[in-house]
Amino acid sequence: MAEASNLVEMRGIVKRFPGVLANENVDFDLRSGEIHGLLGENGAGKSTLMSVLAGLYKPEAGTILVRGVPVSFNSPRDAIALGLGMIHQHFTLIDSHTVTENILLGLDDPPFLMRLSHYDERMAVTGKRFGLHVSPTAKIWQLSVGEQQRVEILKMLYRGVEVLIMDEPTSVLAPQEIEELFKTLRSMVEQGKSIVFISHKLHEVMSIADRISVLRQGRVTAAGIKPAGTSKAELANLMVGRKVLFEIEKKPKEPGEVVLELRGVSAENDKGLPALHKVGLKVRSGEILGLAGVAGNGQTELGEVITGLRRCTGGSILVNGKEVANRPARVPIEFGVAHIPEDRTHVGTAPNLSITENVIMKSYRHPPLARGRSLNRHVARERAEQLKQEYTILAPSVETPVRLLSGGNLQRVILARELSERPSLLIAMQPTRGLDVGAIEGVQRLLLEQRDSGAAILLVSEELEEIFTLSDRIAVIYEGEIVGDGVEAEAETVGLLMTGGARLPKSEATA
Amino acid sequence: MTSSESAKTRPTRSIRLPFEVQIEPRLNVPRWLSPLVSVIAIVLALLLGALVLKLVGGDPVRAYVHIAGAAFGSLGVFSDTLVKATPLIMTGLACSIAFQMKLWNIGAEGQFYMGALGASIVILAGVVKEDTPRAITIAVMLVAGIVFGAAWGLVPGWLKARLRVNEIITTLMLNYIAIALVNYFIFGVWSEGGFQMTRTFQLAAWLPRLSDLAEQSPIFRGLTTHFGLVFAVVAAIIVWYILYRSLWGYEIRLIGDNPRAAEYAGINITRNMVLVMMLSGGIAGLGGMSEIAGVVHRLQASISPGYGFTGIIIAWLAKLNPLVVIPVSVLFGGLILAGREIQPAGVPRLIQGIILFMLIASEVFLRYRVRLVRRP
Repeated sequence: MAEASNLVEMRGIVKRFPGVLANENVDFDLRSGEIHGLLGENGAGKSTLMSVLAGLYKPEAGTILVRGVPVSFNSPRDAIALGLGMIHQHFTLIDSHTVTENILLGLDDPPFLMRLSHYDERMAVTGKRFGLHVSPTAKIWQLSVGEQQRVEILKMLYRGVEVLIMDEPTSVLAPQEIEELFKTLRSMVEQGKSIVFISHKLHEVMSIADRISVLRQGRVTAAGIKPAGTSKAELANLMVGRKVLFEIEKKPKEPGEVVLELRGVSAENDKGLPALHKVGLKVRSGEILGLAGVAGNGQTELGEVITGLRRCTGGSILVNGKEVANRPARVPIEFGVAHIPEDRTHVGTAPNLSITENVIMKSYRHPPLARGRSLNRHVARERAEQLKQEYTILAPSVETPVRLLSGGNLQRVILARELSERPSLLIAMQPTRGLDVGAIEGVQRLLLEQRDSGAAILLVSEELEEIFTLSDRIAVIYEGEIVGDGVEAEAETVGLLMTGGARLPKSEATA
Repeated sequence: MTSSESAKTRPTRSIRLPFEVQIEPRLNVPRWLSPLVSVIAIVLALLLGALVLKLVGGDPVRAYVHIAGAAFGSLGVFSDTLVKATPLIMTGLACSIAFQMKLWNIGAEGQFYMGALGASIVILAGVVKEDTPRAITIAVMLVAGIVFGAAWGLVPGWLKARLRVNEIITTLMLNYIAIALVNYFIFGVWSEGGFQMTRTFQLAAWLPRLSDLAEQSPIFRGLTTHFGLVFAVVAAIIVWYILYRSLWGYEIRLIGDNPRAAEYAGINITRNMVLVMMLSGGIAGLGGMSEIAGVVHRLQASISPGYGFTGIIIAWLAKLNPLVVIPVSVLFGGLILAGREIQPAGVPRLIQGIILFMLIASEVFLRYRVRLVRRP
């Protein structure tokens, strides 16, 4: 019965990327006229699965049935022809063109002459039908992010798409825009469209979806359950999983002085939207404060304001009692703040420079590396050789450009640079992301060594297991606010806080 | 053909060759590879040039011999080649240092003119008296040339650093302003009897030439190579030292390779942008000063047949290495000189172009390993 009404069925989908199994035998089905919420942590394989459905990736195995007929796509164009369209997190619009021009791009009609005014009207009609208010003659750069998203939706609707896949559509939107989007989605469903709504935010999925599927590490942990029959706690559990918390040998905590103190710190993200809201945190020497949270909730910005790479819009940041907020990045470095950046290749290293030149990035200003205004290359080389040994960086020589190193070795270069200076404060952003098991253990051991030798460590990670293993205290960040500080190590509580589950009363009040 | 099954599932679109070209990134670039690839590229370029000469009915061997003779054939012409190479070294250096930081200064031409103007002002506005000793006169001209060139680099550098104005546009436009400004002085203010040139500078403002030594040793007779070459070589050594041995050069290379990493390392990018543009402009300005003090001895129109733009090409061919700029400039100086000797004059320019294309195309072989693999 239920099988027959499935508009789309995916059976046994397997998709591999180099070194990663993104989808492992995944089944998924979408019924006609429903909003299907697809939940999962970052990297759980949600986007990959839907990109397969949208014709962007070819799966290694598995079948896709649309209206009961097996199909295979060579490109998104094929998928759109069958009525499947995906809207990505990053928009694919041309800033200097109008809304209409963007929607028509790539279509065969208009053939040669662009009677734009004629098409403008058609856009307006389509927009009105689904409650997508956007002026067809406006240029993209003039539009807000929410309006640009409407253009993307309109683009798909104009192509006659029946199934709309939306990849984290709310991540770029302000709260009132989210409400607007939800209205649009509901009106689309009323008119017979079907929607896949990808998200990692529990309350959103609970409020908009008719059915929910959950992915964890490329596998389905829940398929098509009704929101009414579940709870946020259960979903959080399905997403995060009851992970085995193995104990690394950890000496008892001997916390000392407060090294880092944040008081009411606010900041904006690159788009100018508020990213941090009155964040207060304290980290003492000899302790690891684990900051849990789903990516994109302000962790990146938090790391950047402390290390002087981003301006604060308010509050104060004290390192050993000295103010560092809104001061040049050099100031925290001089105060002994080490930083393992989130982005190893784009921020943490200079790809075409050698290992030697990369390990001296923070210390080249002082003797013995500096000799007057010259660089003492002999000392630099010696230090690099020594660090290469100590941190087992695998490379032909210290003159090798770091772009040729593997992820694990690149991280060791960064760790060697940051930790060898015996920092008083270490900001570790996702220090083990993308590393293999052996490398992860090595990094974790190094972090504990720093803690035992008296460094204060702020550990930001999406890996709950890591947070629980390493931290002395745990704080949780959600939408730029600290929603739990010093919470007990309960995977479920933290999972719920991370996904906004524990903040329901407040978000209802604002809605 | 062998497996009909695979043909069914994957429609073949192209003709199947028995070999497949595989291109994979090189993990390790041996030291000898870069010069070897460059030499092969130049040889291929000369062969290709020969083919073109043959096709238009010329004798390639004779043409090449003639070009080599016209540029490097005797002490006299080699000296002239060095005269041509002198300004090229300086504009090449100016571009190299800016390009190392990914600042696309294509305004070396204008900075060169400004340097010449600055040096002329010293003489023609009477900043130094006519009877001032040669060493002092030249030192003041030198400083003025560098300062004027640096000022012409400061403007786009500051605009880029503070207001994010595209430096390609500003440096290009400032070229025309500089040339127009020089024209204003030579057509109007300092026009010598209505001609588009100033009066000849006093002898104290002339850079020493090799021919000045002819009295002591006759082999120097008629050799036009002037002291500007020394400025150029010293500038190259200084720039090399800055880039590869100093803390500042380390910062410049770090910013050039990854500005975000530089920011993360606490380096002030804004300040460095302005300083590097000033250094770049200053070196090009020094080139302008050396050209008028060493060759024409007055300010006049068209003191540069595009030295500033050729500097861009030289910087790339030298892979932005200041010391390599010197031999590359000598090669280009020779080709410019041969262009005067050879009819049609386009031939050396054609060869220049082919060499440039070949060298740029050969980069691929440094970054990738290309292999032919037999198809199964």
